[in-house]
Amino acid sequence: MNVPHTHNAKVMNRFELTRRLTGRLTRGEAVIGGIGNTNFDLWAAGQRPQNFYMLGSMGLAIPIALGVALAQPQRHVIALEGDGSLLMQLGCLATVAERAPKNLTIVVWDNGIYQITGAQPTASAATADLVAIAKGSGLHKSAWAADEEDFDRLFAAALSEGGPSLIAARIDNQPGVGEVDRDPVQIRARFMQGLGVTNK
Amino acid sequence: MNKASSQAQTWHDIVLDTLKSNNVRLAVYVPDRVLTPLIKALHADDFFTTFACTREEEALGIVAGAWMGGLRAAVLMQTSGFATLPNVLASLIVPCQIPALLFVSERGTLGEFNLGQAMVCRTMRPVLDSLGMVHHTITRQDELAFIVDRSIKQAVATQAPVTFILSPLLTGGKVFSA
Repeated sequence: MNVPHTHNAKVMNRFELTRRLTGRLTRGEAVIGGIGNTNFDLWAAGQRPQNFYMLGSMGLAIPIALGVALAQPQRHVIALEGDGSLLMQLGCLATVAERAPKNLTIVVWDNGIYQITGAQPTASAATADLVAIAKGSGLHKSAWAADEEDFDRLFAAALSEGGPSLIAARIDNQPGVGEVDRDPVQIRARFMQGLGVTNK
Repeated sequence: MNKASSQAQTWHDIVLDTLKSNNVRLAVYVPDRVLTPLIKALHADDFFTTFACTREEEALGIVAGAWMGGLRAAVLMQTSGFATLPNVLASLIVPCQIPALLFVSERGTLGEFNLGQAMVCRTMRPVLDSLGMVHHTITRQDELAFIVDRSIKQAVATQAPVTFILSPLLTGGKVFSA
Protein backbone atom coordinates (compact mmCIF):
# COMPACT_ATOMS: atom_id res chain seq x y z
CA MET A 1 0.00 0.00 0.00
CA ASN A 2 1.34 3.41 -0.95
CA VAL A 3 0.82 5.44 2.22
CA PRO A 4 0.50 9.18 1.63
CA HIS A 5 2.94 10.81 3.99
CA THR A 6 2.51 13.62 6.41
CA HIS A 7 5.84 15.25 5.83
CA ASN A 8 4.53 18.02 3.63
CA ALA A 9 2.12 19.15 6.35
CA LYS A 10 3.25 22.19 8.29
CA VAL A 11 3.88 21.78 12.01
CA MET A 12 1.31 24.01 13.69
CA ASN A 13 0.22 24.84 17.23
CA ARG A 14 -2.68 23.10 18.96
CA PHE A 15 -3.94 26.12 20.91
CA GLU A 16 -3.82 28.32 17.81
CA LEU A 17 -5.76 25.74 15.79
CA THR A 18 -8.22 25.15 18.63
CA ARG A 19 -8.94 28.89 18.72
CA ARG A 20 -9.45 28.95 14.97
CA LEU A 21 -11.81 25.99 15.24
CA THR A 22 -13.95 27.30 18.09
CA GLY A 23 -14.07 30.71 16.39
CA ARG A 24 -15.98 29.10 13.55
CA LEU A 25 -18.70 27.62 15.75
CA THR A 26 -21.94 29.57 15.36
CA ARG A 27 -24.68 26.95 15.67
CA GLY A 28 -24.13 25.52 19.16
CA GLU A 29 -21.92 22.74 17.85
CA ALA A 30 -20.88 20.25 20.53
CA VAL A 31 -17.14 19.75 21.09
CA ILE A 32 -15.68 16.78 22.97
CA GLY A 33 -12.13 17.43 24.16
CA GLY A 34 -9.89 14.39 24.67
CA ILE A 35 -7.86 14.08 27.85
CA GLY A 36 -4.83 16.17 28.69
CA ASN A 37 -3.54 19.01 26.59
CA THR A 38 -6.31 18.60 24.02
CA ASN A 39 -8.99 19.66 26.48
CA PHE A 40 -6.69 22.08 28.33
CA ASP A 41 -6.42 24.05 25.09
CA LEU A 42 -10.14 23.68 24.42
CA TRP A 43 -10.81 25.13 27.88
CA ALA A 44 -8.34 27.97 27.33
CA ALA A 45 -9.82 28.78 23.92
CA GLY A 46 -13.02 29.89 25.65
CA GLN A 47 -15.44 27.89 27.77
CA ARG A 48 -18.70 27.04 26.08
CA PRO A 49 -21.62 25.10 27.56
CA GLN A 50 -21.48 22.85 24.50
CA ASN A 51 -17.93 21.71 25.37
CA PHE A 52 -17.33 18.44 27.20
CA TYR A 53 -13.95 18.09 28.90
CA MET A 54 -12.81 14.51 29.48
CA LEU A 55 -10.97 13.88 32.75
CA GLY A 56 -9.97 10.28 32.11
CA SER A 57 -11.06 7.42 29.86
CA MET A 58 -8.22 8.02 27.41
CA GLY A 59 -9.22 7.31 23.82
CA LEU A 60 -12.95 7.87 24.21
CA ALA A 61 -13.43 11.39 22.79
CA ILE A 62 -14.57 9.96 19.46
CA PRO A 63 -16.98 7.37 20.93
CA ILE A 64 -18.49 10.02 23.23
CA ALA A 65 -18.88 12.35 20.25
CA LEU A 66 -20.51 9.54 18.27
CA GLY A 67 -23.02 9.04 21.08
CA VAL A 68 -23.90 12.74 21.13
CA ALA A 69 -24.16 12.77 17.32
CA LEU A 70 -26.58 9.83 17.38
CA ALA A 71 -28.68 11.44 20.10
CA GLN A 72 -28.85 14.85 18.40
CA PRO A 73 -28.65 14.40 14.62
CA GLN A 74 -29.47 18.07 14.00
CA ARG A 75 -26.43 19.29 15.94
CA HIS A 76 -22.89 19.04 14.57
CA VAL A 77 -20.47 17.31 16.94
CA ILE A 78 -16.70 17.63 16.91
CA ALA A 79 -14.25 15.28 18.63
CA LEU A 80 -10.77 16.61 19.41
CA GLU A 81 -8.30 13.81 20.04
CA GLY A 82 -4.55 13.36 20.31
CA ASP A 83 -2.47 10.87 18.36
CA GLY A 84 -1.68 8.72 21.39
CA SER A 85 -5.33 8.63 22.43
CA LEU A 86 -6.49 7.71 18.95
CA LEU A 87 -3.90 4.93 18.69
CA MET A 88 -5.36 3.51 21.91
CA GLN A 89 -8.85 3.17 20.39
CA LEU A 90 -8.41 2.79 16.63
CA GLY A 91 -11.45 0.54 16.35
CA CYS A 92 -13.71 3.51 16.93
CA LEU A 93 -12.82 4.84 13.47
CA ALA A 94 -14.32 1.72 11.92
CA THR A 95 -17.43 2.08 14.07
CA VAL A 96 -17.87 5.72 13.05
CA ALA A 97 -17.42 4.81 9.38
CA GLU A 98 -19.99 2.03 9.66
CA ARG A 99 -22.54 4.33 11.35
CA ALA A 100 -21.59 7.25 9.04
CA PRO A 101 -23.15 10.11 11.02
CA LYS A 102 -23.31 13.20 8.81
CA ASN A 103 -22.99 15.48 11.83
CA LEU A 104 -19.63 14.23 13.15
CA THR A 105 -16.17 15.68 12.58
CA ILE A 106 -13.02 14.22 14.10
CA VAL A 107 -9.95 16.41 14.58
CA VAL A 108 -6.65 14.72 15.45
CA TRP A 109 -3.71 16.61 16.92
CA ASP A 110 -0.58 14.68 15.99
CA ASN A 111 2.64 15.74 17.70
CA GLY A 112 4.15 12.26 17.56
CA ILE A 113 4.55 12.09 21.33
CA TYR A 114 2.71 11.11 24.46
CA GLN A 115 3.25 14.68 25.53
CA ILE A 116 1.77 14.78 29.01
CA THR A 117 3.50 11.62 30.25
CA GLY A 118 7.03 12.62 29.33
CA ALA A 119 7.12 12.98 25.55
CA GLN A 120 7.66 9.33 24.68
CA PRO A 121 7.31 8.83 20.91
CA THR A 122 4.03 7.52 19.51
CA ALA A 123 3.85 5.19 16.54
CA SER A 124 2.68 8.12 14.43
CA ALA A 125 6.04 9.86 14.93
CA ALA A 126 7.73 7.78 12.25
CA THR A 127 5.58 5.00 10.85
CA ALA A 128 1.82 5.10 11.38
CA ASP A 129 -0.12 7.52 9.18
CA LEU A 130 -3.33 8.37 11.01
CA VAL A 131 -5.12 9.67 7.92
CA ALA A 132 -4.27 6.50 6.01
CA ILE A 133 -5.59 4.48 8.95
CA ALA A 134 -8.80 6.53 8.96
CA LYS A 135 -9.27 6.07 5.23
CA GLY A 136 -8.60 2.36 5.57
CA SER A 137 -11.26 2.25 8.29
CA GLY A 138 -13.77 3.65 5.82
CA LEU A 139 -13.59 7.36 6.67
CA HIS A 140 -13.05 8.58 3.12
CA LYS A 141 -13.27 12.27 4.01
CA SER A 142 -9.98 12.22 5.88
CA ALA A 143 -7.11 14.60 5.20
CA TRP A 144 -3.98 16.17 6.61
CA ALA A 145 -4.18 19.93 7.01
CA ALA A 146 -1.29 21.38 5.03
CA ASP A 147 -1.24 24.65 7.00
CA GLU A 148 -3.55 26.89 9.04
CA GLU A 149 -5.51 28.12 6.03
CA ASP A 150 -5.97 24.57 4.81
CA PHE A 151 -7.17 23.59 8.30
CA ASP A 152 -9.77 26.37 8.19
CA ARG A 153 -10.89 25.27 4.75
CA LEU A 154 -11.15 21.60 5.71
CA PHE A 155 -13.07 22.42 8.88
CA ALA A 156 -15.50 24.73 7.09
CA ALA A 157 -16.11 21.99 4.52
CA ALA A 158 -16.66 19.42 7.26
CA LEU A 159 -19.32 21.62 8.87
CA SER A 160 -21.08 22.52 5.64
CA GLU A 161 -20.84 19.39 3.51
CA GLY A 162 -21.62 16.74 6.09
CA GLY A 163 -19.47 13.93 7.38
CA PRO A 164 -18.21 11.95 8.91
CA SER A 165 -14.94 13.77 8.34
CA LEU A 166 -11.49 13.53 9.87
CA ILE A 167 -8.91 16.30 9.85
CA ALA A 168 -5.41 15.60 11.11
CA ALA A 169 -2.94 18.33 11.96
CA ARG A 170 0.73 18.01 12.75
CA ILE A 171 1.39 20.07 15.84
CA ASP A 172 4.39 21.14 17.89
CA ASN A 173 5.27 20.03 21.41
CA GLN A 174 4.04 23.15 23.22
CA PRO A 175 2.12 22.28 26.40
CA GLY A 176 -1.55 23.10 26.87
CA VAL A 177 -2.32 26.73 27.66
CA GLY A 178 -4.96 26.34 30.37
CA GLU A 179 -6.10 23.76 32.86
CA VAL A 180 -9.61 22.40 33.22
CA ASP A 181 -11.48 22.71 36.52
CA ARG A 182 -11.78 19.05 37.39
CA ASP A 183 -15.38 18.76 38.54
CA PRO A 184 -16.92 15.94 36.50
CA VAL A 185 -20.51 16.41 37.66
CA GLN A 186 -20.40 20.13 36.90
CA ILE A 187 -18.79 19.50 33.50
CA ARG A 188 -21.45 16.93 32.63
CA ALA A 189 -24.36 19.04 33.93
CA ARG A 190 -23.22 22.16 32.06
CA PHE A 191 -22.75 20.17 28.89
CA MET A 192 -26.25 18.70 29.09
CA GLN A 193 -27.71 22.15 29.69
CA GLY A 194 -25.70 23.38 26.73
CA LEU A 195 -27.31 20.66 24.62
CA GLY A 196 -30.77 21.51 25.92
CA VAL A 197 -31.16 18.18 27.75
CA THR A 198 -32.80 17.67 31.11
CA ASN A 199 -31.88 14.75 33.33
CA LYS A 200 -35.09 12.77 32.96
CA MET B 1 -47.15 -8.34 33.62
CA ASN B 2 -49.06 -11.38 34.90
CA LYS B 3 -47.44 -14.70 35.50
CA ALA B 4 -49.00 -16.46 32.50
CA SER B 5 -47.68 -13.96 29.97
CA SER B 6 -44.33 -13.94 31.74
CA GLN B 7 -44.05 -17.68 31.25
CA ALA B 8 -44.98 -17.44 27.57
CA GLN B 9 -42.20 -14.99 26.87
CA THR B 10 -38.50 -15.69 26.63
CA TRP B 11 -35.94 -13.83 28.74
CA HIS B 12 -34.84 -11.84 25.71
CA ASP B 13 -38.44 -10.84 24.89
CA ILE B 14 -38.74 -9.46 28.40
CA VAL B 15 -35.48 -7.50 28.21
CA LEU B 16 -36.45 -6.00 24.86
CA ASP B 17 -39.95 -5.07 26.03
CA THR B 18 -38.62 -3.51 29.23
CA LEU B 19 -36.04 -1.44 27.36
CA LYS B 20 -38.78 -0.25 25.04
CA SER B 21 -41.24 0.62 27.81
CA ASN B 22 -38.49 2.70 29.43
CA ASN B 23 -37.69 4.49 26.18
CA VAL B 24 -34.16 3.06 25.95
CA ARG B 25 -33.66 3.47 22.21
CA LEU B 26 -29.95 2.82 21.76
CA ALA B 27 -28.43 -0.61 22.40
CA VAL B 28 -24.79 -1.20 21.52
CA TYR B 29 -22.93 -4.41 22.03
CA VAL B 30 -19.83 -6.51 21.69
CA PRO B 31 -21.15 -9.87 20.52
CA ASP B 32 -21.84 -12.85 22.73
CA ARG B 33 -23.33 -16.22 21.84
CA VAL B 34 -25.86 -16.26 24.67
CA LEU B 35 -27.04 -12.72 23.87
CA THR B 36 -27.53 -13.52 20.18
CA PRO B 37 -31.35 -13.86 20.27
CA LEU B 38 -31.63 -10.52 22.09
CA ILE B 39 -29.22 -8.85 19.66
CA LYS B 40 -31.17 -10.24 16.68
CA ALA B 41 -34.45 -9.03 18.11
CA LEU B 42 -33.03 -5.55 18.75
CA HIS B 43 -31.78 -5.35 15.17
CA ALA B 44 -35.18 -6.46 13.88
CA ASP B 45 -37.09 -3.78 15.80
CA ASP B 46 -37.07 -0.27 14.30
CA PHE B 47 -37.61 1.24 17.72
CA PHE B 48 -33.96 0.56 18.50
CA THR B 49 -30.70 1.73 17.07
CA THR B 50 -28.43 -1.26 17.53
CA PHE B 51 -24.88 -1.87 16.40
CA ALA B 52 -21.67 -3.65 17.31
CA CYS B 53 -18.69 -1.82 18.79
CA THR B 54 -15.09 -2.93 18.61
CA ARG B 55 -14.51 -2.78 22.36
CA GLU B 56 -16.71 -2.56 25.44
CA GLU B 57 -15.12 0.70 26.62
CA GLU B 58 -15.87 2.23 23.23
CA ALA B 59 -19.49 1.19 23.79
CA LEU B 60 -19.52 2.89 27.20
CA GLY B 61 -18.17 6.08 25.62
CA ILE B 62 -20.98 6.01 23.07
CA VAL B 63 -23.57 5.42 25.81
CA ALA B 64 -22.19 8.33 27.85
CA GLY B 65 -22.40 10.65 24.85
CA ALA B 66 -25.88 9.44 23.99
CA TRP B 67 -27.17 10.03 27.52
CA MET B 68 -25.72 13.53 27.63
CA GLY B 69 -27.42 14.18 24.29
CA GLY B 70 -30.76 13.03 25.66
CA LEU B 71 -30.87 9.42 24.47
CA ARG B 72 -31.12 6.52 26.91
CA ALA B 73 -28.77 3.69 26.06
CA ALA B 74 -27.73 0.18 27.06
CA VAL B 75 -24.58 -1.88 26.51
CA LEU B 76 -24.60 -5.64 26.00
CA MET B 77 -21.46 -7.72 26.60
CA GLN B 78 -20.11 -10.88 28.14
CA THR B 79 -18.13 -11.29 31.34
CA SER B 80 -14.70 -11.07 29.73
CA GLY B 81 -15.72 -7.81 28.09
CA PHE B 82 -16.75 -6.35 31.41
CA ALA B 83 -13.21 -7.03 32.62
CA THR B 84 -11.93 -4.39 30.19
CA LEU B 85 -14.06 -1.66 31.77
CA PRO B 86 -12.72 -0.54 35.18
CA ASN B 87 -10.96 2.56 33.79
CA VAL B 88 -13.93 3.92 31.85
CA LEU B 89 -16.29 3.19 34.73
CA ALA B 90 -14.01 4.86 37.28
CA SER B 91 -13.05 7.88 35.17
CA LEU B 92 -16.19 8.59 33.12
CA ILE B 93 -19.39 6.74 33.96
CA VAL B 94 -19.34 6.86 37.76
CA PRO B 95 -17.81 10.33 38.36
CA CYS B 96 -19.93 11.98 35.65
CA GLN B 97 -23.05 10.24 37.01
CA ILE B 98 -24.10 8.62 33.76
CA PRO B 99 -27.01 6.14 34.11
CA ALA B 100 -25.49 3.60 31.75
CA LEU B 101 -27.36 0.30 31.58
CA LEU B 102 -24.98 -2.65 31.41
CA PHE B 103 -26.21 -6.14 30.51
CA VAL B 104 -23.58 -8.81 31.09
CA SER B 105 -24.06 -12.36 29.92
CA GLU B 106 -22.37 -14.27 32.70
CA ARG B 107 -19.70 -16.74 31.73
CA GLY B 108 -17.23 -18.46 33.97
CA THR B 109 -19.69 -20.18 36.25
CA LEU B 110 -22.20 -23.07 36.37
CA GLY B 111 -20.46 -25.35 33.91
CA GLU B 112 -17.76 -23.14 32.41
CA PHE B 113 -15.32 -25.06 30.22
CA ASN B 114 -12.75 -22.30 29.66
CA LEU B 115 -10.41 -21.57 32.57
CA GLY B 116 -9.80 -18.03 31.31
CA GLN B 117 -13.51 -17.29 31.50
CA ALA B 118 -13.76 -18.84 34.94
CA MET B 119 -10.90 -16.65 36.21
CA VAL B 120 -12.15 -13.41 34.69
CA CYS B 121 -15.64 -13.96 36.10
CA ARG B 122 -14.19 -13.68 39.61
CA THR B 123 -13.10 -10.10 38.93
CA MET B 124 -16.53 -8.77 37.94
CA ARG B 125 -18.40 -8.33 41.22
CA PRO B 126 -15.35 -7.07 43.16
CA VAL B 127 -14.90 -4.36 40.50
CA LEU B 128 -18.57 -3.38 40.69
CA ASP B 129 -18.50 -3.37 44.50
CA SER B 130 -15.28 -1.37 44.72
CA LEU B 131 -16.83 1.34 42.54
CA GLY B 132 -20.06 1.31 44.53
CA MET B 133 -22.02 0.36 41.41
CA VAL B 134 -25.47 -1.16 41.74
CA HIS B 135 -25.65 -4.65 40.24
CA HIS B 136 -28.20 -7.42 40.14
CA THR B 137 -27.62 -11.04 39.25
CA ILE B 138 -30.77 -12.26 37.57
CA THR B 139 -31.46 -15.98 37.82
CA ARG B 140 -35.26 -16.18 37.45
CA GLN B 141 -37.39 -15.15 34.53
CA ASP B 142 -40.35 -14.27 36.74
CA GLU B 143 -38.22 -11.60 38.42
CA LEU B 144 -36.56 -10.26 35.28
CA ALA B 145 -39.06 -7.59 34.21
CA PHE B 146 -39.44 -6.25 37.75
CA ILE B 147 -35.70 -6.00 38.36
CA VAL B 148 -34.84 -4.45 35.00
CA ASP B 149 -37.79 -2.06 34.91
CA ARG B 150 -37.35 -0.77 38.47
CA SER B 151 -33.58 -0.56 38.11
CA ILE B 152 -33.71 1.48 34.89
CA LYS B 153 -36.04 3.92 36.61
CA GLN B 154 -33.73 4.07 39.63
CA ALA B 155 -30.65 4.57 37.43
CA VAL B 156 -32.24 7.55 35.68
CA ALA B 157 -33.69 9.03 38.86
CA THR B 158 -30.42 8.72 40.80
CA GLN B 159 -28.11 9.34 37.83
CA ALA B 160 -26.11 6.18 38.47
CA PRO B 161 -25.22 3.22 36.28
CA VAL B 162 -26.66 -0.24 36.87
CA THR B 163 -25.36 -3.64 35.82
CA PHE B 164 -27.57 -6.62 35.11
CA ILE B 165 -25.69 -9.89 35.30
CA LEU B 166 -27.68 -12.45 33.32
CA SER B 167 -26.98 -15.79 34.97
CA PRO B 168 -26.92 -19.09 33.07
CA LEU B 169 -29.87 -19.98 35.31
CA LEU B 170 -31.82 -17.38 33.31
CA THR B 171 -30.32 -17.69 29.85
CA GLY B 172 -29.17 -21.30 29.74
CA GLY B 173 -25.61 -20.10 29.36
CA LYS B 174 -23.06 -21.51 26.98
CA VAL B 175 -22.45 -25.23 27.25
CA PHE B 176 -19.45 -27.35 26.37
CA SER B 177 -20.45 -29.24 23.24
CA ALA B 178 -17.85 -32.05 23.21
